[in-house]
Amino acid sequence: MKKLNGIRLKHRKNTENSQTIDFTLPAKVVIPMSMHMGVPCQPLVKVGDTVKVGQKIGDTDAPFSVPVHSGVSGKVTAVSDYRNAMGTVCKAVEIETDGEQAISDDVKPPVVTDKESFIKAVRESGSCGLGGAGFPTHIKLNPKTPIDTLVINAAECEPYITADYREMLECPDDIIGGINLIKKQLGIKNAKLAIEANKPEAIKNFTEMAKNDDTIDIITLPSSYPQGAEKVIIYNSTGRIVKEGELPSDEGVIVINVSTVAFIYRYMQTGMPLVTRRLTIDGNAVGEPKNVRAIIGTSFRELLDFCKTDIDSIKKLIGGGPMMGMSIPDMNMPVVKTSNALLAIKTYDERKTSNCIRCGRCVRVCPMGLMPAEIDKAYKIKNIAELKELKVMLCMNCGSCTYVCPANRKLAETNQLAKSLIPRK
Amino acid sequence: MNKLIVSPSPHDENYLKTSTIMLNVIIALLPALGVGFYMFGFRAVTLTAVCIASCMMFEYVSRKIMGRSNTISDLSAVVTGIILAMNLPVTLPYWMAVIGCFAAIVIVKQLFGGLGQNFANPAITARIVLMVSFPSAMTHWIKPTEYDYDAVSSATPLAVKAAGGDAPSYLDMFIGKTGGCIGETCALALLLGGLYLAARGIISLAAPVSFIGSLFLLSWAGGDDPVFSILAGGVFLGAFFMATDYATTPITFKGKIVFGLGCGIITFVIRHFGSYPEGVSFSILLMNVLTPYIEQLTRTKIFGAKEAEKNEG
Repeated sequence: MKKLNGIRLKHRKNTENSQTIDFTLPAKVVIPMSMHMGVPCQPLVKVGDTVKVGQKIGDTDAPFSVPVHSGVSGKVTAVSDYRNAMGTVCKAVEIETDGEQAISDDVKPPVVTDKESFIKAVRESGSCGLGGAGFPTHIKLNPKTPIDTLVINAAECEPYITADYREMLECPDDIIGGINLIKKQLGIKNAKLAIEANKPEAIKNFTEMAKNDDTIDIITLPSSYPQGAEKVIIYNSTGRIVKEGELPSDEGVIVINVSTVAFIYRYMQTGMPLVTRRLTIDGNAVGEPKNVRAIIGTSFRELLDFCKTDIDSIKKLIGGGPMMGMSIPDMNMPVVKTSNALLAIKTYDERKTSNCIRCGRCVRVCPMGLMPAEIDKAYKIKNIAELKELKVMLCMNCGSCTYVCPANRKLAETNQLAKSLIPRK
Repeated sequence: MNKLIVSPSPHDENYLKTSTIMLNVIIALLPALGVGFYMFGFRAVTLTAVCIASCMMFEYVSRKIMGRSNTISDLSAVVTGIILAMNLPVTLPYWMAVIGCFAAIVIVKQLFGGLGQNFANPAITARIVLMVSFPSAMTHWIKPTEYDYDAVSSATPLAVKAAGGDAPSYLDMFIGKTGGCIGETCALALLLGGLYLAARGIISLAAPVSFIGSLFLLSWAGGDDPVFSILAGGVFLGAFFMATDYATTPITFKGKIVFGLGCGIITFVIRHFGSYPEGVSFSILLMNVLTPYIEQLTRTKIFGAKEAEKNEG
């Protein structure tokens, strides 16, 4: 089997041994109506309403969307426009907490009798991909083609982040329970829990737990970035190649994040929707890097203070990992469903970009086998036919090419810009 | 509170710079350069200094005139200066060397857009320009370690052999104790430099191996002495330091193999069938010209790509 290209990164998993701490109840939360891929929800509450924990506060009829719930009890103080890190504008509900944390009557274990009711329950849980992409889970679990393999993405290949790793150490039973639940409800024969080699303790634990179950394989992924990319993890755990324009389900595979699986399991037991999440707070401006379980809507600023961050020294704030995470323009933005990490960086100097020296490093590292240097050239002269030939649409923006470029060319960024030149069918 | 910097991902990099790569190339050239200084004396030092200084000067001035940014600090002009000096006989008048530097930096490199944009190797092209312009000065060789710059011309092993004489021993050729250009005679030092670059991940050995390997096999098949063939002339200098030049050789692994094979074949053909004893410079220049085509035909295999649809406009 051909080995896919990748790069070696410093893992910097400084928080791997830090037990998750529940962050204290904030005085107020701001909950955006769009935390998933897809159409934003409409607020179901108005200023002055009282809400309880687990109460649904936003929903929509759009199929590619998941409802939003409150993680606090208190009073709605504002429903206003909010611009997220992607630049998308949606409504956000601001709730002043009352400290009671009274739980809504709606929070009760869902009744699941068949696949249809299972998928419906998954939607009602507000679940979307917790690894960072925010793909609605109920869509992912309801493909049109038959599935024979469930791949659990526990690669967590980005530096710093240990949120999924702590899930594996702290809640292994929820993960195995979730795997078995999804397998049963969707009639999937095999599951593969794919963990990167830099997490030997998790690999050992799960190998032990699954030793009597031959339908669950524990896969050790090589320690090379990006193992967590969907096509890469499918190839490295099943040997199947998801071809251009195909979905994983076309190859009989569903890939789902490990923390998402554990959440689905807990939801089916308790009925408590997605209102909190674990995230890693790290970066060189952070005094005490930690894993924190925060209520969705808590402001990043409070978490940074909690981790003894030198606020004034922060030059760059990243939501997610250093390779694919997003710049956060404002520290007062809230934790959302997809926030798996918050990195506060104090040393960031933009280097000058110079000519491509044609060293070929970008070509050697691209996991998809693309030629970023050639795409860069074709983009400059807007040669659309050539960009198509070079298959720029297959770029998944893992950032490896930019990372290795000695001329500091923003190749990954150029790839995304080049994609926009290609007309969609 | 500071304004936060907002930029697209990735937010991290490996801090490898173009100048670091060039510095490594300079380090790799030092053993062979040192041997050249030892074999050919103090004038080799001054000639090299002249080449480096004029390359940097031409780089600075030409970019200044063209209104482009100053690129002296990327060290590529220094590399060109050293490699060009290593391609010259020690007795070459300084002014001729300066003309070579002009050809390398201004004509071959900067007029095509500077670092990475040139289609031909600057040092090789400059060597050819000088060889064609000043054939006798470019083939005036002295005996190694004697430092007698006025002596009647000695000869390179290839010239000796072409004239029907006895070639020097393999050992002398391997350690560089023969007549020739300043930096091309010591195969051992060049090999060390090349292996250093490969170990640091700066160059791939694909082109050097296929270049030297194909030349060895063809010479063998052609009835020449294959060991002599690869040790003589500029084969090691060309294979490790010029057939691995980023700008003028293919990017892909397959392309590098094809490039090296082409160099080996052309060198053999020139040496075996031509009246000209050397062949490395021309082979590399010819393959430089073919590089865009080689690259077009040796693109990487894209993971999961489907063939382009036929009816697409």
